[in-house]
Amino acid sequence: MIQAMPRVEFTPQLRRFLQADAVHCEASTLAQALDAAFAVNPRLRGYVLDDQGHVRPNVVVFIDGRRALDRTHLSDPLQPNSTVHVLQALSGG
Amino acid sequence: MSSSTQRAWVATRKGLVELAGGGTQWQVRRTSFLGDPVSMVLPPLPDGRMLAALNLGHFGVKVHASADHGATWQEVAAPAYPTQPEGAAGPAWKLQLIWSLAHAHGTTWAGTIPGGLFRSADFGQSWELVNDLWHRPERLEWFGGGYDAPGIHSLCPHPSDASEMLIAISCGGAWRSHDGGDTWAQSAHGMQADFMPPEHADNPNTQDAHLIVRSPSDPSRLWCQHHGGIWRSVDGGRSWQAVKGAPLSSFGFAVAVHPLKPDTAWFAPAVADQCRVPVGQALAVNRTHDGGKSFETLRKGLPQQDCYDLVYRHGLAVAEDGQTLLMGSTTGSLWASADGGDSWEAVSLHLPPIYAVRF
Repeated sequence: MIQAMPRVEFTPQLRRFLQADAVHCEASTLAQALDAAFAVNPRLRGYVLDDQGHVRPNVVVFIDGRRALDRTHLSDPLQPNSTVHVLQALSGG
Repeated sequence: MSSSTQRAWVATRKGLVELAGGGTQWQVRRTSFLGDPVSMVLPPLPDGRMLAALNLGHFGVKVHASADHGATWQEVAAPAYPTQPEGAAGPAWKLQLIWSLAHAHGTTWAGTIPGGLFRSADFGQSWELVNDLWHRPERLEWFGGGYDAPGIHSLCPHPSDASEMLIAISCGGAWRSHDGGDTWAQSAHGMQADFMPPEHADNPNTQDAHLIVRSPSDPSRLWCQHHGGIWRSVDGGRSWQAVKGAPLSSFGFAVAVHPLKPDTAWFAPAVADQCRVPVGQALAVNRTHDGGKSFETLRKGLPQQDCYDLVYRHGLAVAEDGQTLLMGSTTGSLWASADGGDSWEAVSLHLPPIYAVRF
């Protein structure tokens, strides 16, 4: 039996700048899941998080369809079958 | 392209525009980073290396390097602030914008909002925050000018002395280093900030120097377009003297100094801080040939009615010949002069908002 693992998907807008493929990883928090994705592509970190490791102001993260609440410590819990979407917030003109 | 063809770069809200031509005849040759804000460009070194600073709306500040005069680009490291200590005062230790880039004596410098100065010994592969300046207690008294947080917009290395460096901050005055950037001291004495309470008007730490440029031919001489007028220094920035009598207005953002004549400089006046349009809505350039004792106002070829163009800090540049100028506006208009500003021709009137022009 295949063990369920959270999946992290990134907005296709990021592909203009770098590779941002979906990642399956063992993780019980958002921080662990993003770290796993950044281990695959270290350059991705600076596109999603700022200098202090906080979610960038115009990036939004959904976990199983609900907006992640902790943008500072990324402590939102994940379930084994969770899906994380890292998206761009709408802004600008 | 003939060997006499010059190139110039225009950093805009929607990409880095490379121009080819000369005199008043310039064509767009290439646009890199189309659609992305390019806040500053470092034009090519003699070996063709250059840098571009991007400010992606969602994904932060990025730096790209080219080894071939801008034909191809690779992302390199962006400056990053260290972990902010709990309870640290002042703006968040987060890079908001690269506002200035310079390269001299093997060191690349990046001036940023919120006020950190970074240097790189490997042309942007890695960056180091200049700690002495960042940890000065005076930094906590700096404030934003045009942006919420303070920023370093002027980087003036000494062309022949690697130990000497001067920078300027909106709003944090000017600062000078004698040891290659390791330690810093205030260097805006003589400037006056009329926007401050009277007891702070001559405080060097609250001056809003909009831009400072250093004369390449006499590095002891510097020009400053300040929020409250024009200043110059003849002693490497130790002291500043007000330049009175500029026609139209002494308010503006940009200044350019002649590459060979330290007393010749150009300015782009605007009405005032609360009305950032050309005086009489007629665009003009002020030029002095005598260190600011007198000025000429130059208008030929520039729009003389219904003009809203503002030339921001880095929007005015003079080429090595001292005759060719480019001037770009936040409206997205770009003009060229081949005769030291006596006359101008439009290169384009429909570029994106222009942040910087560089030869």
